Amino acid sequence: MIQKIISNVSGIKKPEEGSIVFVEPHRILTHDNSAAIISKFRTIGARKVWNPEKIFIALDHAVPPPDEKKAANHKKIRHFVNEQNIKYFYDCGAGICHQLLAQEGHVIPGVVIFGSDSHTTSHGALGAAGIPIGRTEAASIWAIGQTWLKVPETIKINLEGELAINVFAKDVILQIIGKMRSDGASYKAVEFHGSATENFSISERLTLCNMVAEMDGKAGMFPADKITDKYLENRALDPYKKVLPDQEASYISEESFNLNEITPVVSKPHNVDNVSPISELSEIEVDVGLLGTCTNGRNDDLEAAAKVLKGKKIKKGVRLLVYPASQTVLLEGMKSGVIQTLVESGGELAVPACGPCLGAYGGCLAPGETAISSANRNFKGRMGCKEDTSIYLGSPATVAASVLEGKIVEPPKEVF
Amino acid sequence: MKFTGRMWIFEDKNINTDQIFPGKYTYDPLTPEQMADHAMEDYLPTFANEVKKGDILITGKNFGSGSSREQAVTCLKAAGVAAVVGVSFGRIFYRNAINNAFPLLLCPQAATFIFKNKESLKDEKIKVDLVEGTISIKDKNFKFPSLKGEALSIFKAGGLLEYSKQKLKEK
Repeated sequence: MIQKIISNVSGIKKPEEGSIVFVEPHRILTHDNSAAIISKFRTIGARKVWNPEKIFIALDHAVPPPDEKKAANHKKIRHFVNEQNIKYFYDCGAGICHQLLAQEGHVIPGVVIFGSDSHTTSHGALGAAGIPIGRTEAASIWAIGQTWLKVPETIKINLEGELAINVFAKDVILQIIGKMRSDGASYKAVEFHGSATENFSISERLTLCNMVAEMDGKAGMFPADKITDKYLENRALDPYKKVLPDQEASYISEESFNLNEITPVVSKPHNVDNVSPISELSEIEVDVGLLGTCTNGRNDDLEAAAKVLKGKKIKKGVRLLVYPASQTVLLEGMKSGVIQTLVESGGELAVPACGPCLGAYGGCLAPGETAISSANRNFKGRMGCKEDTSIYLGSPATVAASVLEGKIVEPPKEVF
Repeated sequence: MKFTGRMWIFEDKNINTDQIFPGKYTYDPLTPEQMADHAMEDYLPTFANEVKKGDILITGKNFGSGSSREQAVTCLKAAGVAAVVGVSFGRIFYRNAINNAFPLLLCPQAATFIFKNKESLKDEKIKVDLVEGTISIKDKNFKFPSLKGEALSIFKAGGLLEYSKQKLKEK
């Protein structure tokens, strides 16, 4: 499927796996790192971006800015956006780049999206090839409109069966990463197939594709289907044509997972592939829960957490950080009462943004603390402090259940 | 291009970009020299003080996994690291290295040999020939695949910024 997409975009009929082709993206995504990318863009000697309608910038990684350096970054980016007439700019508070890119209709099937953020893999949820790159490459694309790609091999993942009521897309992808390991998809694309994919919403697909980055995948993709069409109705900014894998497409390997066998799981410190069923954990006390991020900060995520917390208070001494993935998510959550429930139970509601996921601001850990988080990484020091800290990753429902009890527990079945 | 350097042996697998360059500094506008002060901070806090120009890292499986942050490459380069010899590398880290003309040498045989004999080899120097694609330590020699095509052109230009400068001029 990724070969066909690259073929469409590069104009090369059948690009072979392993060959290098030059590709112009449908969108190039950057965020607060745009400040550094602007400097690189100037170093190249470029004056004008190649196409101001293809460049997407959202401020999310340090929002609102916690210090003057980060505020100055934002100012520099706003100036550049005006100077270059960048069409798609989302200022502080609009939400997380990946959420906005999908939610605002920028992502359509069959295109290549480059992003100077490792979780650009998310956009395969809509049948596109979302490919993460670095800052220098982003600057180069702004200037010359293309970059090089090695055409990857593809791994097929078959998902069959049905999830138990307290098991979620997050548990599925953690289970997959636990089996395939942190480098299980290095330099490769991952395609999701199987009857269970028909039941996955776009939000759930975003969760799965987002975390393909955690097995080092180049892209994670769901072939577009009627769920994709429904999501894009009145949303897609451009007309699209689906690109689907050929019947006889070849895969370098295949893995199958039976969803009926998956139980609520967590990634234990300090690697995402260190996965364990919650039922097999010893007692793990938590200090803070993080609900949100580009992995799990959408309405269905907040709603699952609210179902667990409805009418209850989180354990005394424990905190719950709530970061909706976008302002739209926040507004919907206010209308539905989900936000009310989360705040009444003791949640600290924050501006839609990345929060402490990457440890730059907004709820960093203190030495010795333990977090349960709906984010995508649990590396040592990831939430801003490495001294004896631990981060466990789980579904939003697991985060909610764990801050209620003050220790990591499975979400209760009876609330769903 | 030939060089010889001291070794730092990092056998652990999955050493990620958060350990190489912590996330809390990623949105501070730092010069490469300032980034070098934080190199490997969350993996080996003494590294930044002790690393010397020309040193070579010998790393385990999936070195540089995780975030796309390019500072993971920039900080090592600015710290004076001449090359990294590894079992395997994270994808974006690998691209970032090419784009910054920083040599990552994919050579599981050399890395595994050094890990196995690290006690006897730890004070030895390692020789690299980028053109020939060879790594030598004591009397042992290893081959690694050299860059090809566009990746090589970018590396030769001194990185993607220089390469793009040329491309922009051609337009």
